[in-house]
Amino acid sequence: MTAAVEVRRKPRKNLVLSVVAILLSVVVFLVPFAFIVLTAVKSRQEASRLDFSWPSQFHLVQNFVDVVQARDYMLIIAFINSTILTVASVAILVVLSAMVAFVLQRRRTRWTGLVNFLVLSGLIIPPAVVPTIWVLQKLGLFRTMPGLILIEVAFGLSFCILLFRAFIATIPRELDEAAIIDGAGPMRLFFRVILPLLRSVIITVVVVQSVTVFNDFVNPLYFLPGDQNATVQLTLYNFSSAYSTQYNLLFMDILLITIPPLIMFLFFNKRIVAGMTAGAVKG
Amino acid sequence: MEARPRTSVAGPAPAAGRKRSPYPSWFYLPAAIVYAVLFLVPTVTSFYFSLTRWSIFDSQFIGFDNYVTFFREPALVSGLWHTVVYAVITSGLKVVLGLGLAVLLTSQIIGRGYLRSVVFFPVLVSTIGVGLTFTILLDPEEGLVNESLALIGIQGPGWLTDPSFALVSVALVDVWKGVGLATLIYIAGIVSIPQEYFEAARVDGATAWQNFRKIVLPLARPATFTVILLSLIGGLRSFDLIWAMTRGGPGFTSDVIASVIYKQYQAGFYGLSTAGNVVLFLLVTAIIFPLSRYLNSKEVDL
Repeated sequence: MTAAVEVRRKPRKNLVLSVVAILLSVVVFLVPFAFIVLTAVKSRQEASRLDFSWPSQFHLVQNFVDVVQARDYMLIIAFINSTILTVASVAILVVLSAMVAFVLQRRRTRWTGLVNFLVLSGLIIPPAVVPTIWVLQKLGLFRTMPGLILIEVAFGLSFCILLFRAFIATIPRELDEAAIIDGAGPMRLFFRVILPLLRSVIITVVVVQSVTVFNDFVNPLYFLPGDQNATVQLTLYNFSSAYSTQYNLLFMDILLITIPPLIMFLFFNKRIVAGMTAGAVKG
Repeated sequence: MEARPRTSVAGPAPAAGRKRSPYPSWFYLPAAIVYAVLFLVPTVTSFYFSLTRWSIFDSQFIGFDNYVTFFREPALVSGLWHTVVYAVITSGLKVVLGLGLAVLLTSQIIGRGYLRSVVFFPVLVSTIGVGLTFTILLDPEEGLVNESLALIGIQGPGWLTDPSFALVSVALVDVWKGVGLATLIYIAGIVSIPQEYFEAARVDGATAWQNFRKIVLPLARPATFTVILLSLIGGLRSFDLIWAMTRGGPGFTSDVIASVIYKQYQAGFYGLSTAGNVVLFLLVTAIIFPLSRYLNSKEVDL
């Protein structure tokens, strides 16, 4: 009896709840994004009013050209820098952390405990800023792109190792043994047998780390200051002070910087979700 | 079994291991070098440099002077306090809202996929972009938030310009941006709860609230721990959002340790900046390590 009532009552209650949830989501989450888009296509005067309104005229192309040309094509240079930074650091991260995760998962030695401890420490401990600059300076890497790339690698290792290790645990050891019997050395075993099997987790790592590195503001701010090699997040930040009266351009910049993560999200939604929730469920 | 003693057993490894394991320890080496040079060395040396007057090129040992300065300066001490407040507010709200949203988004509801996407997307957006956008939206005079509040007759506060609101406002924006990740973790946790529990509860005639209280809440506990730890770790070192929105102002009312570190670095007080870093290190380890040990000891089996 009660069950029947519940079944009948259920759909109706959920309809109301759905409408409320969707309306709230529009107000809370979509309006800010709509505001970015609308302001980005307004004229300077209209944008300066800061209101949430339909633009009387669309200045999409004009604002785009203006923001790209600003300060001698700074934004283009920044996009190139950010791309180099992201691609290089993520590529190195994938190889180095997969190697560590492979041995860490497969073989127990006196190092295992230490490595596990260091991996966790890397997740928890906030990096010491000025001493890192000091080390970079000693190595001649301060204010250089290679320096920043290595920084992103060092700070991203822990997260990637954990993801890879969890995935490698699901690859049967028999596969390794078959390859070893066929005469494969460690290098061949890893690069020819294991690495190709990691495809799906590699995609996850690449996507999640790309978004992280692309959005990183703090590390470029400290370790790669200066205008010539600014990354997109730094230019955005600098724009905000230089263009405090041209909100249309500021928001066009924000819009352009939001597009790469949006593309990642549209194509790799599932992979991102998988990567970000990894380890959340296990005991 | 005898065919592969050295791969799995630690005991007889030394003799056989030297022979060439298929899992060589030197695979650690490239990562270890980068990690040691750029993370471990700075972390360890920070303890020494925090005791010096330092100009990158030469350092002069001055004992605990930097710490004395740090804890004598009210603006810096309040940064320590703000850091804790900020971390507690953000992680508390992420737990509560994340759990609520996850329950909602795992229930029978129209537009579930849309809602999940829209809640999660801000996680992927540039923090600086979010910070600048909300700085405009929260403008006391012309901002969309206060204009909307005015329509229903509420006079909104100066979210980012009023000293008593600034830190909390930034924390709320942090929650707006980060709650999607917490929701996602909770959804993964709730989905992994075996259906039998809910079926048994239905047979016993449990209400929705009882379901939540007696099944979801206790069995989603690992997710809660993950959310608490992740958001505390993030909240304690949080810098970019605060810097994009208030730069620690008005006055020092939204300064946190991470922004103090940056300000002292900019001002050229490298020793003091590093002392700030050590304080942050100690704060994080003093909170996170015992907490994670405690939480791990309370793990439940599904």
